[in-house]
Parts: sequence; structure tokens; C-alpha cells
Amino acid sequence: MSELIIRVENLTFRYPGAPRPVFQDFTFELLPEQHLGLVGPNGSGKTTLLHLLMGLLRPQAGRILIFGQEVSTEKDFAWVRQRVGLLFQNPDDQLFCPTVLEDVAFGPLNQGKTTAEAVALARETMAKLGLEGFEERITYKLSGGEKKLVALATVLAMQPRLLLLDEPTAGLDEDTKHRLVHILKDLTIPYMIVSHERDFLNETVKKCCHVHPHCCQPQ
Amino acid sequence: MSLIREPFSEGDSLIHRLDPRGKVLVAGTFAVLVAVAASPRTAAAGLALALLWLALAGLPPRRVAARLLVVNGFVVFLWLVLPFTYPGEVIWRWGWLAATREGLAAAGLITLKSNAILLGLIALVATVPIVDLGQALHRLRLPDKLCHLLLFTYRYLYVFEGEYQRLVTAMKIRGFRPRTDLHTYRSYAYLAAMLLVRSYDRSERVYQAMLCRGFRGRFYSLKEFSWQRRDRIFLTLSGLGLLGVAGVEWLLPLAARRLGAW
Repeated sequence: MSELIIRVENLTFRYPGAPRPVFQDFTFELLPEQHLGLVGPNGSGKTTLLHLLMGLLRPQAGRILIFGQEVSTEKDFAWVRQRVGLLFQNPDDQLFCPTVLEDVAFGPLNQGKTTAEAVALARETMAKLGLEGFEERITYKLSGGEKKLVALATVLAMQPRLLLLDEPTAGLDEDTKHRLVHILKDLTIPYMIVSHERDFLNETVKKCCHVHPHCCQPQ
Repeated sequence: MSLIREPFSEGDSLIHRLDPRGKVLVAGTFAVLVAVAASPRTAAAGLALALLWLALAGLPPRRVAARLLVVNGFVVFLWLVLPFTYPGEVIWRWGWLAATREGLAAAGLITLKSNAILLGLIALVATVPIVDLGQALHRLRLPDKLCHLLLFTYRYLYVFEGEYQRLVTAMKIRGFRPRTDLHTYRSYAYLAAMLLVRSYDRSERVYQAMLCRGFRGRFYSLKEFSWQRRDRIFLTLSGLGLLGVAGVEWLLPLAARRLGAW
């Protein structure tokens, strides 16, 4: 049997002051080569799960294993973040550099690449996403769809081994959605998508899971 | 569309095409020089130099005048207070109010100096887009934190403005009309508080997103500036201009005294 990409065991998480925990004895697995959709009503914990996997939130109990490694400390999660990409719901949270090129190169530079390598990687990623000519554009003057694609480029430029997408289609027009579908289909890495859009999930993932407080049940 | 604009930075004049680092250096030196000047002659020389830069920048005069008006609103208060509170030779009296010559001179000097500095900054600094300004300051070895504070502030100003507009629209479509009553004040207080809370949440998410991309406290800038021939000419001529202004302040009185001694 090949190594699991993600394994979550008996995880419990409750937001401070919340009456009920979001997850109680939660168990979850992601197989290699798997493309998974996460569905569920608002507040069922889909985004929370992604943030727990990236170490942005810490569980009160339970274990998280990523690529077979148990992760619990900030140092562990720094290691995770070099290998797992998370696309935020709102691209305005993700793009903070003045120009597009600088933003896309930010991740590779943090990975210790030289400026020349980072710029080359950034250009290559942008070309793959059809964003040639955007290098010197100002990030906050882009349209909503352009921002989303640039945000995806900033994540992909880090060459992640796993991609997590939090409602990638929110607020996008049909055209950009189509582009996104094609980009995801071309990816060779496993990914997990949180979405409310059935049509989009049907085109991008083979399996959908419903997020419950105890487990993720296939539909 | 956003209401935040940088109208002065859009242009194609000689001044616009100069390296922002040189412009910032010259503008900084100019501002200090004029600010410490004590004689109205120096302030006038500074004003002349600023007007020369302004002419080279080819900015729309009406826009510049509108901006000057804002600052001179504060200067009006100086004219209302300074002549009547400064001790010196009384040249005009009305009841208990007495204006002094020295007070009027001080108000005049401050007006001249503030307008000269403002025009200098409009011509040299406002013609640099904020993004380039941040990177130029970074290249001039200003502390990282200050440069990034400037760039982040500018970056999220647009987001907060969008948030503010949405909140205001939400208030309007439910029939809110500002009046002079408690309900209005309370609603505005809610608006301000909501903006503050949302900004805080936003900053948390931005930081999280940066962590997810491996942020470890270091920022990088890819912008490259290079000195051109026109920059060298600008720096030389402006340097001479600044020396001239300094000469008016310190050398002219010295020369006058020498001549007097003869």
C-alpha cells in the first residue's frame, strides 16, 4: 500500500467560546493521486479542516499526519507549508505585493531560491496559467477573476505536492471558471476542493465527501 | 471603480521619467533646507526653484491649485493668530487687538516656506507612483519595516475603501440619511467600528496566507532602478539649485556684512 497523503486521527477542535466542537473524534484520509471534493453546509467545518491541515489552527486533541509525518509544532507546519499549497477563498487576502511578478516570486524566494530562479519559476507558472504579460500589473488593480488566477499562480509557483482550494469559484464568471477547470485537470498533483458548486466539482473531482463532525462520508 | 487616485503620478514629462530615488533625495534635501531657512529671501528662492520643477513636471495647474488650497486652509489660522500674539512693534490696533510687524513677518515667512515645500513635493514626490516610491525608499536603505508599512497601507487602502463603500451602500439602501441626531452618530460609530474589526480580521488572514507561502519575516523586492543620463543632469542641476538656495540663506548676509564693513 502506498503512503497516505493526509491522515487525521481522532481530531477534536472547538473554536474558543463556541458551544459545540466543529470536529469531535474526527477521522479522515486522503489517498495519493486522489482528487477530492469537500461539501457540506455553511459552518460544517470545511475551511476549518483546511486551516487545521496547514497549522493555521491547532486542534485540542488528535493527530495529523501529512506525507506520513506527524505534524504538531510550528516547525512541523513550516515544513508542511513548503509542500502543501492553500488557495484562500478571497484573493485579496493572498496578494499583498505591489506587482504580480513579485507576488508570484514571493513563495519561491521564501523556499530559499535565488532571485533569478524565483523569477524564472514565477514566469513559467504564469505562462502555464495563461498570465503572460501580467508581470508588472499592480495586484490590487486586477479584476476579481484575474486576482484569483494570480493567487493560484502564487501557490503553484511553490511547486506543491498537494493543493488545497477553498471555494475557488466564489465570485468568478463562467469564463474564468472554465479556465480554472482546465488548469486543475492539467495538474499532476493531488488536490482537495471545498466548494458548493456541483457542476464545478463534477468536472474537477471524481469523488465528493460530506464533512461531518466525526468523519468525511463519501457521497 | 475606486475613488483613490494618484492623478499627479500619471504623466510623461521629463520629471515623471526621472529615477524616483534621485527625486526623493532632492525633494528631501530641499524640504529640510527650506524648513530651516530663516530669511524670506531664501524662502522665495526655494519657491522659485519649486515652481521651476513644477513647470517641468507639466502638472494640471487647477489640480495643483486645489491641493495648495487644502494646505493653505491651515495657514489661514496662522494669519488669524500669529500677528496678534507675536511680541514686537505694533503697527495696527483695534480695541484690545494689536498686530505686530514681527508677527506679520513670521506668518508671511511660514506661508512662503510651506508653499515652497509643498510645491517641491508635488513636483518631485507626487509624480512617483506609490508603489515605485516604496521600492525607491527601500533601495535608498530606509528601514524595511517603514517601506513595507507604506506599501501594505497603500495595498489595503483599496480593500478597506471597497469595504467602506459596501457598508455605506448597505446603510443607504435601508434608507439611512445622515441627520444631526443620536441615531446618525450611533450608525457612524457602528460603521467605524465595523471597519476596524474587519480590518483586523483581514490582517489576520493576510498574515495566515503569508505563512502558508513560507513567510519567515523577510521581504523581497524585484524592482531594479538604473541611473540614466537625464538623472545625472537632473541631480547636478538640482544640486546647483539647492546650493543657490543655501547661498541666499548663509552667504548673502555674510557678503552683505563684509560690504558693510568696507
